[in-house]
Amino acid sequence: MLASLGIRSLEDLFAQLPEDVRLGRPLALEKGKSEYEIVEYFRARGAENAAGYPSFLGAGVYYHYRPVLVDTVISRGEFLTSYTPYQAEISQGTLATIFEFQTMMCQLTGMDVANASMYDGSTAVPEAAMMAARITGRRRLVVARTVHPEYRQVLATYARSQGLTVDEFGYDAETGAADLDGLTAKLDGATAAVILQSPNFFGVVEDVKSAAGTAHASGALLIDVFSEAVALGILRPPVEADIVAGELQSFAISPSYGGPYAGVIAAKEKYVRQLPGRLVGETVDTRGNRAFCLTLSTREQHIRREKATSNICTNQALIALMATVFMTVYGKQGLRELAEQNLAKAHYLAAKLPLRFSGPFFNEFVAAAESAETVNQALLEKKIVGGLPIECWYPELPNAVLVCATEMSRREDMDTLAEVFAQASELSKVGAR
Amino acid sequence: MIRKVRTHVNQNEPLVFELSSPGKTGYQLPDLDVPAVDAAGALGAENVRQEIADFPEVSEVEAIRHFTRLSTWNYAIDLGMYPLGSCTMKYNPRVNELVARTEGLAWAHPYQPQQLSQGAMEVMARLEAALLEITGMEAVTLQPAAGAHGELTGILLVRALLESRGGARKRILIPDSAHGTNPATAAIAGYQIENIQSNERGMLDVENLARTVSEDVAALMITNPNTLGVFEPNIGRIAEILHARGAQLYMDGANMNALAGITRPGDNGVDVMHLNLHKTFSTPHGGGGPGGGPVAVKAHLEPFLPVPRLKRAEGQWRFDYARPRTIGRVKAFYGNFGVLLRALAYILAHGGDGLRNATMDAVLNANYIRKALEPYYDLPHDEPVMHECVFSDSRQQKRGVRTGDIAKRLIDYGFHPYTVSFPLIVHGALMIEPTETESKRELDLFIDAMISIAKEVEDDPRTVLNAPHNTRTSRVDEVAAARKPVLRWKARR
Repeated sequence: MLASLGIRSLEDLFAQLPEDVRLGRPLALEKGKSEYEIVEYFRARGAENAAGYPSFLGAGVYYHYRPVLVDTVISRGEFLTSYTPYQAEISQGTLATIFEFQTMMCQLTGMDVANASMYDGSTAVPEAAMMAARITGRRRLVVARTVHPEYRQVLATYARSQGLTVDEFGYDAETGAADLDGLTAKLDGATAAVILQSPNFFGVVEDVKSAAGTAHASGALLIDVFSEAVALGILRPPVEADIVAGELQSFAISPSYGGPYAGVIAAKEKYVRQLPGRLVGETVDTRGNRAFCLTLSTREQHIRREKATSNICTNQALIALMATVFMTVYGKQGLRELAEQNLAKAHYLAAKLPLRFSGPFFNEFVAAAESAETVNQALLEKKIVGGLPIECWYPELPNAVLVCATEMSRREDMDTLAEVFAQASELSKVGAR
Repeated sequence: MIRKVRTHVNQNEPLVFELSSPGKTGYQLPDLDVPAVDAAGALGAENVRQEIADFPEVSEVEAIRHFTRLSTWNYAIDLGMYPLGSCTMKYNPRVNELVARTEGLAWAHPYQPQQLSQGAMEVMARLEAALLEITGMEAVTLQPAAGAHGELTGILLVRALLESRGGARKRILIPDSAHGTNPATAAIAGYQIENIQSNERGMLDVENLARTVSEDVAALMITNPNTLGVFEPNIGRIAEILHARGAQLYMDGANMNALAGITRPGDNGVDVMHLNLHKTFSTPHGGGGPGGGPVAVKAHLEPFLPVPRLKRAEGQWRFDYARPRTIGRVKAFYGNFGVLLRALAYILAHGGDGLRNATMDAVLNANYIRKALEPYYDLPHDEPVMHECVFSDSRQQKRGVRTGDIAKRLIDYGFHPYTVSFPLIVHGALMIEPTETESKRELDLFIDAMISIAKEVEDDPRTVLNAPHNTRTSRVDEVAAARKPVLRWKARR
């Protein structure tokens, strides 16, 4: 190969690089390792984490069983190692699965159209907010404090750069639901959208219908957010919303210390041309056979450059495929039964704990501990990871712990959690005397 | 003559909704070990849904056949070369898939106590250190989810820095050879875009740049090597021009696979750059994501990096949130950890020498193809290239054949098309990037295919114009798809 290029060494390939830009030394990295050494390295790192601990963490990332079929399907090289399906003739497999994904998202959310997925829930929220700003020509967003705190932080980052204003509205201290009465006073003619999450960060199911009515009365859109997709198996779909932005981690996507996950935006039909992200459409080929292709790409950056609806050029195809396989395996009956099991487990556990809020909840809820730290430390000694203290985001809720139970939570572990809660409470009473 | 492929039977398959029969299931759940709960009672009847109309109802074997049949309709790296310029479609080592599924890592919750997350944090810290050594930069955030997300993060960092110095400024300069994400990103970050023309050699015109950079320019977004595959030898001078006016040099690191081990952006005046872990560091494309888009910066931009930051204290890794000048979060949690982990596995497997060898092989392969195809396709720029080369279809256009047609004909020869009509500065571009993981045998098959197509264009252009001929799906009607969008399946009732 070198001879065909008329050069004598690989170094000659870089002759055009001026001497002063070259590194001139080897990279200070360790020598390359064998496959076995790499496996051992990561096994050792995994063992340093909380491997094998039962956990009651939720808060946007949920432990659900991953059916074996999911990894079987996504490990096929034709899915795993294929490129973005721009060349429709040799990408029909990916295109068909995305079309199925879009359909299932519509069926679950009650929306008319859904995109091919986005990075995750936290970035889908600002993308939905910018979409609402484009649709309404308004520049202000009103967000419930019961939306996931990290989603709101991401929204704040995006909004600052876009010159969008973000205001928040509170929650009912009794029910834990967003304060829809207080919302009205926050709305004005400049409000592009109200952003609500259901179930909300406290696990409480929100009144999407009333929120939509309030938003619409001032000409704003309602963006409904979800972070626990399994809840869609049992909750009434948010059909009154204009845009739905969600996180699909619950659908067979490993927690994987925070990512990669997949988000999605679904919306009413009339807003389709303002949807960010990729879309797959059905069409025919020259022989008249059904075919799929990426479509409406005039919204996208590679065509529109600075006039695009978003700068994002990828979806999360492989992760969305995990979710699609998951939804196919569980199906109509299974997703309902899975949701019912989550509901039953969480209500079994909640009955044994002091609850902070009275609103209806799906599979997580806020418990009031005497001391969140004492409880969680005692649980760690029993090799159990307790719920999430949320005071760092809600200073008015000291010692409030967000507890989640899913179909994977064992009754004996839930009983242990409840005992530890009760003991910690007893101890602190003794201490108080 | 087509040497690489011949046709074989593959299966038809309807959509999963059309396969469904009422009552069929493919799942198993354990018996409930707690009392069942009445949904209407617990949630309120008004909050409980009816059945999910038309949701799938198939058995397990139907599900696996469904997805397996669909998979056979895809081309993939595991089947052969993807000469996609700018996309770096290289082999994805399977050990990376295995280690990403290590129980203590795949099952780690982002909110589990930090003292029980030391292994995951160590993986991130080690990757950070490796990326700094490879790029010559001084700090890196792993939070952005993909390249475009990294670009946005990088430009927000520039904006925050300039605001702290008195004003965000108005304009971002972008060469006309840039990826479409660059202008889209700058616009999302609230900047006006000014395109700057490349010179006749396909490079940035330094004198023109010196005249263009004024006090309202925030940054230049440069891709190096640029999208012609040409290294900008004046990168140091470009940085000086910008810095003299208080502007920043942003580098799109999409082409880092042409530089690793040879030269470091950080040593050449770059202030901020992103990396595409799914390109240079080999995370599988998965049909379009997930990726990873770390952003590396010089020290003066470090205070603005997204929260949280990894910090070593008292012999443990910690997340530091107390960073008053941060731009905030760009994503929940800490980044696409599963992708970060694969990138580290790739770096560990290669080591410093291996990364350098990969770069050299990538450049060798691109130059080998360029040399072999030069007699058959027009080469509008004859500068030396790095990891990719760009031809134009000007000779074939005389026979009525365009780059898109040649690309489609390539499919019949068993290859994925190269990148079509990009970069925009080359009319009718054929942009070819073989990567280092292709063997000489695969490269020769590709070269043969391209030469054979060039001859077809002369002898029988209709064969090329109507391609592909051998795929199960022929050219699709994209115009109809866009005119009357059908974006979901609906039951015929």
